[in-house]
Amino acid sequence: MTDMPDTTLTSDPSYHEPSAGESDDAVGYYVPGDPIIDAKAPDGPIDERWSTRKFEARLVNPANRRKLSIIIVGTGLAGASAAATLGEAGYVVKSFCYQDSPRRAHSIAAQGGINAAKNYKEDGDSVHRLFYDTVKGGDYRSRESNVYRLAEVSTNIIDQCVAQGVPFAREYGGLLDNRSFGGVQVSRTFYARGQTGQQLLIGAYQALERQVHAGTVTTYTRHEMLELIVVDGKARGIIARDMVTGAIETHLADVVVLASGGYGNVFYLSTNAMGSNVTASWRAHRKGAYMANPCYTQIHPTCIPVSGAHQSKLTLMSESLRNDGRIWVPKKKEDCAKDPRDIPEADRDYYLERIYPSFGNLVPRDIASRAAKYQCDDGRGVGPEVEGVRRGVYLDFADAIARLGREAVEEKYGNLFDMYARITGEDPYVVPMRIYPAVHYVMGGLWVDYDLQSTIPGLFVTGEANFSDHGANRLGASALMQGLADGYFVLPHTIRDYLADGPFETVAEDHPAVVEARTAVEKRIEHFLTVNGTRSVDSYHRELGNIMWEYCGMERTEDGLRKAIDLIRTLRDDFHRNVKVLGSADSLNQSLEKAGRVADFLELGELMCIDALNRRESCGGHFRAESQTEDGEALRHDDLYAYVAAWEYAGDPDSDAMGAPVLHKEDLVYTAIEMKQRSYK
Amino acid sequence: MKVTLKIWRQPDAASDGAMHTYEVDDVSEDMSFLEMLDVLNEQLNARDEEPIAFDSDCREGICGMCGLMINGEPHGPEVTTTCQLHMRSFKDGDEIVIEPWRADAFPVVKDLCVDRGAFDRIIQQGGYISVNTGAAPEAHSIQVPKEAADRAFDVATCIGCGACVAACPNGSASLFMGAKITHLGELPQGQAERDTRVVSMVAQHDHEGFGGCTNIGECTAACPKEIPLDVISQLNKDLRTALQHGH
Repeated sequence: MTDMPDTTLTSDPSYHEPSAGESDDAVGYYVPGDPIIDAKAPDGPIDERWSTRKFEARLVNPANRRKLSIIIVGTGLAGASAAATLGEAGYVVKSFCYQDSPRRAHSIAAQGGINAAKNYKEDGDSVHRLFYDTVKGGDYRSRESNVYRLAEVSTNIIDQCVAQGVPFAREYGGLLDNRSFGGVQVSRTFYARGQTGQQLLIGAYQALERQVHAGTVTTYTRHEMLELIVVDGKARGIIARDMVTGAIETHLADVVVLASGGYGNVFYLSTNAMGSNVTASWRAHRKGAYMANPCYTQIHPTCIPVSGAHQSKLTLMSESLRNDGRIWVPKKKEDCAKDPRDIPEADRDYYLERIYPSFGNLVPRDIASRAAKYQCDDGRGVGPEVEGVRRGVYLDFADAIARLGREAVEEKYGNLFDMYARITGEDPYVVPMRIYPAVHYVMGGLWVDYDLQSTIPGLFVTGEANFSDHGANRLGASALMQGLADGYFVLPHTIRDYLADGPFETVAEDHPAVVEARTAVEKRIEHFLTVNGTRSVDSYHRELGNIMWEYCGMERTEDGLRKAIDLIRTLRDDFHRNVKVLGSADSLNQSLEKAGRVADFLELGELMCIDALNRRESCGGHFRAESQTEDGEALRHDDLYAYVAAWEYAGDPDSDAMGAPVLHKEDLVYTAIEMKQRSYK
Repeated sequence: MKVTLKIWRQPDAASDGAMHTYEVDDVSEDMSFLEMLDVLNEQLNARDEEPIAFDSDCREGICGMCGLMINGEPHGPEVTTTCQLHMRSFKDGDEIVIEPWRADAFPVVKDLCVDRGAFDRIIQQGGYISVNTGAAPEAHSIQVPKEAADRAFDVATCIGCGACVAACPNGSASLFMGAKITHLGELPQGQAERDTRVVSMVAQHDHEGFGGCTNIGECTAACPKEIPLDVISQLNKDLRTALQHGH
């Protein structure tokens, strides 16, 4: 969640785009579909679109609201804020989470801060500037109307959170403090030490629990959504499993909201929580919701490296460390196992300072991540050998400690150093830290229109689960902003236009569509429990993660992606024949929970590779080796790829055969901003 | 290293439980405690024994989902969460006793998982500031002295893991509750509901079956976020004031 200056952008007149070639690498893997013509943003000047939409969205009489019901899946920032707000409005809300309390959703782990165009520093910030920074940070692959709205409502978020009692950092005068963050030149980031996500989520959680007390929201903890109910083409409920009793429950409503987070765990190792998964989104995708830009993944350069085959998750270290730490690897391979303190200065390769003399250690995330990978691929990585390779680079504070003194370094980074010491058992004041990139966030997600409605009417998607605001790369301190913008200020307005068509016909629990969804869930569970194979769910998950990381991670190639698709298909097939899930369906069964999630990751992984194969350009977090400048930097092809790739599921709904997905393109048109190429020179 | 684990296993809330003994070889000191249990679970799965159920989610010490009684200490020997405890805190040949949180108000769900829903129900009784979305004034219209803001933050870092309850011989949740009372009570926004908040939350606390506080201090010693004991003084003070005000 932390960030640093991300990039500068220039219109470089000397820049020539090499031909991308007309061939489509993904031919044969997908079926071309109709383009998406209308994302339903109002016309007119960009700064009036949201006002127009709010005015045009029909109202629901307060007396009618208590007759309308809403299911919200997920209680992170985007879900808890929406549940609280819609409860306050008087709708009947059911809120679901797989954790034992809504307060545990993974938004809680966000460290750095939340952006808002308050311009409290009078340093030239504005809604337009936040909009501009976010679009360019996303490498011109986001929808401008959505991003503008995000910037617009950002200021309301801070007001709301302060009123709720969120203890943001303050100055001595009692006013809110800001810091500079995330690839921008203004100070617009509000923060609560390194625990901003925690404090914002607790604010939203408390607002949610207040509505539970008021009787407008009912919470279902330790419940996992396993299927979407679609009746007459509209989302009308979910099938959920009570994870304690194993009961399969039918929950019907007039509208369903997915706020179920991102799918970074398709890589097995990521900074996500252990339970973070794609199942809610993927089940909706299989029922007709398009999945947009699934290959856009953010890989963070400063995480604690993998220490062994037992590794279950990766921990992010604030990227601010790169402000004072120097990154290096040994020049000679034979030095890699040595104590770094014994390697003389002349034998160290400060590779970022060498390759990018003007940006040095502060190059953007994607560059820093790839450069680390290249050093390790070259056999010059450090730290323990895991599966024969050392995957780590040094982040050295010796110079900073000599220059600033240990106390100053401690003051700035003390909590991070402590965290590092706890996890690695090494003292970073004495021995250089080791870092390596890790999957952190996904920009892709379910396709939504301007109203945050998916391609299934009545199914809305908020937060990281949707694709809309971050393009191909998310700036730091923008995930919290988007989650709360969607939940507090956007969805409550747009959803009412849909609900204004109510009251809706009641759906009976024995409606064929409900029975079908329920039966599918029961069959699936029975399937996992009766395969009786030899391999654990985790072993499949780990293998999938290795494939994704190797071929669909920091650098992607045509050959690699094709290979990955084959490997994933084989693995998926084997999973369904040979997985071993013990225990029963009618009790708490964590292996069974994981089996369902991994089965969906095994399908998602293939789609991510197809999406990456189709996009033969480099943009944001997506780097195709075939599309780079002579200096090895990312090269976009706006003439060919300035579109959102929205994928329609085309498999057999009754089996695990996926079928070739259908690609629908939504052209990205910028009216309020000019597309430029990033440069780091 | 090699460790011997004595682990509480209980099929569900209604059944009886018992301690079971397991050996785990090849434990690396770089493993987290929960990764060591992951390894054990893989081994159990391989020999057709059902894996041990335990809770964890973020595994970076902030979500509050994990929590094990390790050799009689909540979260084990270090001041941190179970997920941030690493095997280098143990040595070869150690015997480690692992139990779920023990408290009447936290019934066991299965094996090492407990139900901490009581914490949510305490928060429902006033652990918030009543402000509807959209009703907030401009953020800078509310000034908060830095000292108050910092104290509010410090106690708001509670992760709701329940270690305080597990540590307390009385099974009291006073530290948890005091942290919330202090967080909201330090802020000007929290004043309007200050009296009703404390009265309602304490009533719910008692109703849930948590015990009373007798100032033993085990809670703060076990707290991975080092919430100070004085939040309980604050809780008692606020309760007394509210009662004097006729609540």
